Amino acid sequence: MTAELVRGQNHPLSQNRLVIRISAAAPVLTGAMLGDENGLVHGPQWVAHPGAPALPGVEVPRQAATRHRLAVDLGALPEAVHRVDVFLALPTEAGGPFRFGAVAAPHATIEGLDGTELACYTLTGLDSETAVFALELYRRQGAWKVRATGQGYAAGLTALLADRGLRESADLASAVHEASAQDSSRALPTPPSARSQDDSRAPAPYDTSATVPPDLSAATARDTPPSLPHDPHLPESRDTTASGPSRRPLADSPEQPQPAPSRGGRNPYDADASSTAPRDPGARVDYTHPGRRPHGTPPPAGPAADDRPAPPVAGDAVGWSMEERLYNQVWGMFEDLARTTAAYRSAVDFADSRLEKDLDQALTDPRGRLGTAGDTAREAAHARRAQLVDQARAVLDRDLAQLSAESEVVEPALPPAYARWDNPVWHGYHVPAEPPMALRLGDLHLPESAVLSIPLLVRLPLERGLWLDSGAAAADGFLDSAELRQLALEAAVALAARLLAVHPAGDFALQVIDPAGAGTAAFGPLLRAGVLACPPATEAAGVAELLERLTRRVDLVQMALRGGAPESLPADVDTARQLLIVHDFPHGFDDRAVTRLRYLADEGPAVGVHLLLVADRADAAAYGPLLDPLWRSLMRLTPVPDDHFADPWVGHAWTYEPSLVPTGSQIVHQVLTEVARAITKHR
Amino acid sequence: MSVNLSKGQAISLEKKDGATLTAVRMGLGWQAAKRRGLFGSRTREIDLDASAVLFAEKQPVDVVFFRHLVSDDGSVRHTGDNLVGGVGQGGDDEAILVDLQRVPVHIDQIVFTVNSFTGQTFQEVQNAFCRLVDETNGQELARYTLDGGGDYTAQIMAKVHRAGSSWSMTALGTAANGRTFQDLMPAILPHL
Repeated sequence: MTAELVRGQNHPLSQNRLVIRISAAAPVLTGAMLGDENGLVHGPQWVAHPGAPALPGVEVPRQAATRHRLAVDLGALPEAVHRVDVFLALPTEAGGPFRFGAVAAPHATIEGLDGTELACYTLTGLDSETAVFALELYRRQGAWKVRATGQGYAAGLTALLADRGLRESADLASAVHEASAQDSSRALPTPPSARSQDDSRAPAPYDTSATVPPDLSAATARDTPPSLPHDPHLPESRDTTASGPSRRPLADSPEQPQPAPSRGGRNPYDADASSTAPRDPGARVDYTHPGRRPHGTPPPAGPAADDRPAPPVAGDAVGWSMEERLYNQVWGMFEDLARTTAAYRSAVDFADSRLEKDLDQALTDPRGRLGTAGDTAREAAHARRAQLVDQARAVLDRDLAQLSAESEVVEPALPPAYARWDNPVWHGYHVPAEPPMALRLGDLHLPESAVLSIPLLVRLPLERGLWLDSGAAAADGFLDSAELRQLALEAAVALAARLLAVHPAGDFALQVIDPAGAGTAAFGPLLRAGVLACPPATEAAGVAELLERLTRRVDLVQMALRGGAPESLPADVDTARQLLIVHDFPHGFDDRAVTRLRYLADEGPAVGVHLLLVADRADAAAYGPLLDPLWRSLMRLTPVPDDHFADPWVGHAWTYEPSLVPTGSQIVHQVLTEVARAITKHR
Repeated sequence: MSVNLSKGQAISLEKKDGATLTAVRMGLGWQAAKRRGLFGSRTREIDLDASAVLFAEKQPVDVVFFRHLVSDDGSVRHTGDNLVGGVGQGGDDEAILVDLQRVPVHIDQIVFTVNSFTGQTFQEVQNAFCRLVDETNGQELARYTLDGGGDYTAQIMAKVHRAGSSWSMTALGTAANGRTFQDLMPAILPHL
């Protein structure tokens, strides 16, 4: 469990050898400063910076970059050292941002050597600062802890160094900047492809593996920390860095591989303590969580902005992680929209019934039958209705405006599993280390609020099979049956690609049944990328064989789980989750195969076998009502917008729209290529 | 200001400073039945229920009670059914929260009721009370002591209604009989 620190918060460190990762939206340089038990820095030799990157126990990168990896071995630090301050500074060269407030908040994570994330911290609230203390590792009663510092300095590195009592701070600061500038000019320019980010995580050809102990290089090759893909700032960071062409080599240059901290050698700490300026107590500490609005307290609004709600923030919900908070926020928006629409509909219904009653009354009144009194009464009744409906609409519009504003900040912040295919987060895609908690199946909207669509997020693992209805009745009549089938298959493939992409390599496998081979073209992206576990099963024999295999897997895993011995499974049983895509059901299925499929639909989800049926229910009409339970057990999705989803609160009929890949977009191809590479590596 | 009302007394309440009531909470509290004798587990538990009925021009539109905890529009929320009451006294065992700003425009009255679901009359219930609280500042607007309130199983407690652009509250405190709010409808209608 990663601890997400807020400013001033501390967290115990269970390990001595640590990797600190810094990611920022613009190139920054990093360093570490060592202090004694009073927090005093005994001189420039106690500062690890790009000009002097290696000190016993601490190792910092040599150049400015958007991503850094610092190696720290707390055990190798001299006894005199009681704290290590990790700082960031913006390079002084022209072209870069001149203050932290101009770019997205930098993010720091602390990991153990095995890659487990221990703590992370987002340095929010920075403005005109150009240098900032990010984290402080400190020794308290023999044990090491980390504290989120976030103390910034508008006057830059010089002020930051001076604050720790370094008399030669100006000289040291300029030396640091010079060293980083020199080194960055030697940096290898890498092609600005979407993959460069991932290449940096793999052991690159210039990786100085020789100097890196095996456990350290393993940490380097490890997949991205799970919090990173969810970082809403990542896509922006690419844009920011790409805008300054001169900085491109810098921006895209990967984090520099660093040799491990050396334990032996000359001890550079033995210099006399030359400067003893007392430590500045620091500015006011901001204890608020970066992603949360305080509950209970009213938003700090001026008297003029009383009726204006606070600006929405992504992740403004409860949860242990950003992912969970976003999930809860999206469901909160879903409920709010359902309820506010219910209020509107109820008011309109009431206005209509009252109008009817008023009109009846006007008709029955004998006085109204002559003259204009009846007309006046009717007009008045209509006016009453219009007034109430207008009032209700005004309230609905107010709520819609707020939800739309929230949607605008939430959508860009969504991690890939929750994001639309046109979300830039997919361009920074890399194979995740953990499965997500939920998946976006599509979008939902109501007729009153067609502009505002709510992501339909369902929890993973899927508890029900999915059914893409290729006979979805084409209500508008613009599509013929063949087009509809094609669309259904495309939607199914997009969904399968999404499921595959959001799971760690080797955790999720695709199986395809396409008895007539009719879907070969649509399955093309999956086939070409080579992400299918085996080629699509065709003909009745192939169908029977694949179903038999999956049935056996379900049965064996069930037995193993019941017996409490999951490790005793035979070696040929694939323990990865399986998604079985069945195209053109029930074509190619005999009664036996149908029975097997129903068994998989019922028993599979609990042991990791999931079903995605692409079918037209009318095709299975020959089975009569026998298959009704199967259809009911599946979650019906449509390839075209269709209002068949009911929300759990009020039961409105929501229009579902599948999450399709934009026409002409290569994103699925890119993502699947990445997945295929990860799978190959995994094997 | 807390108004301790006797049965049947009705007063109108509006905030003194002219500010509008934006959120109210109806709280209901009672003490669990005393355990008696050897077979203490056979003690008859007492289950009181709080309900709120939403009216639009005397037509019931929605109701919030233990089987429908949130009104469809989300403005009225019941915190959940309590079947046995609190062990001590003072706290609310059931509460209904009303966000008056979110109440749909056509709803003009909200009536709060208390029923004894298990059938004991208020004479048998100890330390039972219901109260209305202004959620924004925690001030008690009205409070009824239910125990010893006579041979009744229900009470129509108060109504919150629109007065111009704002809301105000009228305490009703009418005793009635009934198991759930449905039984009270005839008793509620005269108060609308």
